[in-house]
Amino acid sequence: MTAAAITPARKGSGFWGAFARNKGAVLGLVFLTLVVLMAVFADLLFPTSPWDMSTAPFQPPFSEDALLGSDTLGRDIAAGIAHGARVSLLIGLTSTAVAVLIGVFLGAVAGFYGGRVDDAVMRFTELFQTIPNFVLAVVLVAIFTPSLASIVLAIAIVSWPPLARLARGEFMSLRSREFVQAAVTTGQSNLTIIWRQILPNSLSPIIVSASLMVATAILLESSLSFLGLGDPNLMSWGYMVGAARTVIRQAWWMSFFPGIAILLTVLALNLVGEGLNDALNPKLARKGRA
Amino acid sequence: MTTDTKTDAPLLDVRSLTIDLPRGADRPHAVEDLTFTLDRGEILCVVGESGSGKSMTAHAVMGLLPKAVKVSSGGIRHQGTDVLSLPERDQRALRGGRIAMIFQEPMTALNPLMRVGDQIDEVLRYHTTLDRAARRARVVELLASVGLPEPDLLRRSYPFRLSGGQRQRVMIAMALAVEPDILIADEPTTALDVTTQKQILELIRDIQTKRHMGVMFITHDFGVVAEIAHRIAVMQKGKLVEIGPAEQVLNRPQHPYTRKLIAAVPHLIEHREDFGSDRKPVLVAEKVCKTFHLGGGFFTPGRKVVAGNDLSLTIHQGETVGLVGESGSGKSTLGRSIVGLIKPDSGRIMFEGVDLLSLSRPAFRPYRRHVQMVFQDPYASLNPRHTVGDIITQGPVAFGEDRNRALEKAKDLLKLVGLDASAADRFPHEFSGGQRQRISIARALALEPKLLIADEPVSALDVSVQAQVLDLLEDLRHRLNLSMLFITHDLRIAAQICDTIAVMQKGRIVEIGPAREVFGNPQHAYTRTLLDAIPGKGWTLPEDVVSATRRSAALRNSA
Repeated sequence: MTAAAITPARKGSGFWGAFARNKGAVLGLVFLTLVVLMAVFADLLFPTSPWDMSTAPFQPPFSEDALLGSDTLGRDIAAGIAHGARVSLLIGLTSTAVAVLIGVFLGAVAGFYGGRVDDAVMRFTELFQTIPNFVLAVVLVAIFTPSLASIVLAIAIVSWPPLARLARGEFMSLRSREFVQAAVTTGQSNLTIIWRQILPNSLSPIIVSASLMVATAILLESSLSFLGLGDPNLMSWGYMVGAARTVIRQAWWMSFFPGIAILLTVLALNLVGEGLNDALNPKLARKGRA
Repeated sequence: MTTDTKTDAPLLDVRSLTIDLPRGADRPHAVEDLTFTLDRGEILCVVGESGSGKSMTAHAVMGLLPKAVKVSSGGIRHQGTDVLSLPERDQRALRGGRIAMIFQEPMTALNPLMRVGDQIDEVLRYHTTLDRAARRARVVELLASVGLPEPDLLRRSYPFRLSGGQRQRVMIAMALAVEPDILIADEPTTALDVTTQKQILELIRDIQTKRHMGVMFITHDFGVVAEIAHRIAVMQKGKLVEIGPAEQVLNRPQHPYTRKLIAAVPHLIEHREDFGSDRKPVLVAEKVCKTFHLGGGFFTPGRKVVAGNDLSLTIHQGETVGLVGESGSGKSTLGRSIVGLIKPDSGRIMFEGVDLLSLSRPAFRPYRRHVQMVFQDPYASLNPRHTVGDIITQGPVAFGEDRNRALEKAKDLLKLVGLDASAADRFPHEFSGGQRQRISIARALALEPKLLIADEPVSALDVSVQAQVLDLLEDLRHRLNLSMLFITHDLRIAAQICDTIAVMQKGRIVEIGPAREVFGNPQHAYTRTLLDAIPGKGWTLPEDVVSATRRSAALRNSA
């Protein structure tokens, strides 16, 4: 039986190679790294609390004490943006993590077991999908009083349904694949099959949509803060925009810079998500890239 | 339609055609220096294994090459006109107009959202000047000419309403719509059942004779070739290795590759000795029934499909039972019921005296290791994210074996199935189809089963690889004294490997008995139909080729 000598097949270019081919994704990643660094070193860059009055109110950008100007109470906008990055990223990441846990768990159970379990879980999911996201989030935060935990939870609760649907679809199609059936016939337990056989194969689309969900979570948090439903102890970009809206005609910079921060961060996250999609789902990669 | 005056030129003349593959492919040329002609009124079979470039050739003629693939030299002439140098417009008129093509999978070749009549009508609208009523009459006439019943009604059906064979007939009708003089058929019967395959082959031959067309018929199956070919071209890795009249290539093959291919063709001539049924039964299935309920929701009842109706079957120690039948006959359902992937509605499946169906899930688990399965598709049956070593050891580890010991055993198993022990550290995508199927067999053997269920284990493989995997299974079952349930749609393969044959039709076992009797003296009408539909049954493999393989097989077995 010499004919079965092993011939290694050609190996595709690695994950990073595929990711780097998408220029926008690399740009997004670079910008995102800067935002993370800014959040991490906010205390060094701006040692004083962003809530402290540091200069005269209504200072325009590029004035002596405040690079990006100061707000109506004389607080440094640049300090606010650096410290606000912490809140935005923290809430974006943790709420997405919670949403992924809920969504993937429910989706996996529904997709793997099917039948009645699937029906029950999916009707439950639809219950959440029928209520407008933002309204539900506002209600939840209002009921539980605004705090970091309640905001994270509220955002997670309104964003898990699409992930559950995605995970369910992946699990359903992988469930009937022969390698999963082979795992059943070799006596592996359901938990092992879900965890070791199916989950690793369904991760790519979940990672991609989770990366996009971080962006939505940041937007949601900003909107909540804008309405005054942010954590009162934490400086956030949404709060800054909200607080400055009444003086937008006299002092554009107060809402402009935090707004730009939100815009660029969300854009960067979307670009990274798209790059991940290209790298993780090579078959779905859009045309025009050889 | 203009009649060509240059009648002395061959219908299709392919001269030193070379097609380049994009860089990074496994070889520089898809097709290299290929020269052949196709004359009016002949069927030229192009034979080769997957990756031999046979489809690329057809696609080059039809101008269907993917963008990255280019014809770098040589030419394709249609009745003396160089096709490749024609302007795009004229090329388009030529295809569809003079050269037509039918594909392997008629479901994907037809537009699922258009009535079949409209799809044929579309071809007529572009290529003829007929008015609406005339086109309609022509559509009906075409559908009737390919042997479809009630063409006037069928014209208004959507493709999903038709069976695979009917769809292929519609494709042929569409190809014939503008009276082409060349028909290119790319594996047109590979996706069909044997009995349907026979009808389609007859239809193609019939139409070819009536219309005096040239047919380029691409296939990997020498049985089909023997059935239909006037001339045969054999391709290997993009090169033409042998071309000649059918009789000559089939019976006196010259090139070693052709000889190898022909030797690998499963043949009916070898009948095994009858299996002595005095040994103790390993598995007895009694009156197993299974009905699937498809679709349906809260308010609508679904469709019922009977996949198992009163199935009874006994497998003795060391016996190989073949379960043959066409798609949808329920043969996989029985196999899957035995390994516990499907729960039958009623009946008993006794394994060494214990009714597996009466057991609860935990109580069934110990029996899993005694009954193992080899799956059909080697590309889908191995988890792409796990190493081969992992894949093989997962079973034993689940049954409490130490990981390192299981890995040592996995390496021995890999050697047993003809792979290198180092394969354990690699991932499935680094292996070819045949090698993957060996891995799949090693996984099944890792639990030291007493009964192996092989569900179409070779139907996704090339003929020569098919023969190797069959040899391996045959060798293993003697060495390990395995009992086996071998599920296949190919009677030739069943004849090669099985002691006992059970023929299934529409969820019933219609005939069961020793292989020699079922094939030699079939009792049931359906068995006779199946045997009659085997392509190439009138062709006996050349003696010198077969005896050479027998010798090498004997050598392998004694080694």
